[in-house]
Amino acid sequence: MAKQASSSLKNMILSLLVITTISGASLSYVHKITAKGIEQSRQKKKIEAITAVLPQFSNNPLKEMYKIALFENDSLEVYPARRNDSLIGLAIASKTNSGFSGEIKIMVGFLPNGIVYKTKVIEHHETPGLGDKMEQPEFYSQFEQFNFHEKINSVTKNGGDIDAITAATISSRAYCNAVQNAYSVFQKINQQWSSDSQSGATK
Amino acid sequence: MGSFSNITKGIIKENPVFVLLLGMCPTLAVTSSGINGFAMGAATMFVLVLSNTVISVIKQVIPSKVRIPAYIVVIATFVTIVQLVMEAYTPSIHKQLGLFIPLIVVNCLILGRAEAFASKNNVFNSFLDGIGMGLGFTVALTLLGVVRELLGAGTLFGFNITGIEHPKMMLVFVLPPGAFIVLAYLVAINRMVQKNK
Repeated sequence: MAKQASSSLKNMILSLLVITTISGASLSYVHKITAKGIEQSRQKKKIEAITAVLPQFSNNPLKEMYKIALFENDSLEVYPARRNDSLIGLAIASKTNSGFSGEIKIMVGFLPNGIVYKTKVIEHHETPGLGDKMEQPEFYSQFEQFNFHEKINSVTKNGGDIDAITAATISSRAYCNAVQNAYSVFQKINQQWSSDSQSGATK
Repeated sequence: MGSFSNITKGIIKENPVFVLLLGMCPTLAVTSSGINGFAMGAATMFVLVLSNTVISVIKQVIPSKVRIPAYIVVIATFVTIVQLVMEAYTPSIHKQLGLFIPLIVVNCLILGRAEAFASKNNVFNSFLDGIGMGLGFTVALTLLGVVRELLGAGTLFGFNITGIEHPKMMLVFVLPPGAFIVLAYLVAINRMVQKNK
């Protein structure tokens, strides 16, 4: 058996240098191979979420994505969905920090008249068995065809029309909050539309 | 000790979870379902086998004073490879395990085997030790996940076996305390079986 390399400064620097170089090179190689797959799976996930919250569309909403400011330093992504060039809805990737643990990300689909078509959870870290029931249809189906002019987007405890998940009022409130965030972005877009059409009419 | 026993010892006699009690962080944190336990075990096994082999190959050229950083770099490289591959090809599992994949780097099971076994034994035996320990870890995590999922959610690998929709199960077993309870019972059962042999 060969002798163990001695712990001289030269040996130590050399051995670490070689190891880190090899590992760096192999990682950049693996990254190059997997980068495409990672990008594809992320896009697929987004498309799946958009498909789940809007009626059937024929364009690629990812390509037409634009951002609308929500608060001062934050903005939400808006994905317009079209069928045969006519706009059939907007999917808004909304989020909130008011959940029980960490950020809740949801996709909210709006029809052009402002009615929520469907909603879907993209990511959450709520308590398993309690807050994570927001992923079950008993809860999220309450937002299907939700009209902000007829119903109040808040849990019943706060005088709203949404039945909160048992023992997970905070998570339920957060979900309402995220939908509300999406709606305020939708209203901003709606204002732009109406001002555009007004200016068009006066011409 | 024959080379075959290098594989079998990891599964029962020196099971990393039930006997050596190594790598408790992923063991307790991600085993909320059978699938999660199995995926975590498989990822750890992959890293363990490769890091054991490579460390055994390079052990002579690594000066002993810098051996720990050198081992960590080797381990971290394989962990990052696992993470990238998982994210690209099994995104749903990657989403579930999330944070715990990078944490394999500091899993004491892997560094423990590198230090206690791979740095003292030849390449072939280190490779077998990696397979054995990895299998033992996977079996233990899958078992833990299956028991917790069964008691806590009433499903087995995601399939509802109770026949009732949304069965009322013992939710605590899916939550962190349940991990400690189930692990303690499994360790106790393992001890009992070993003693009566």
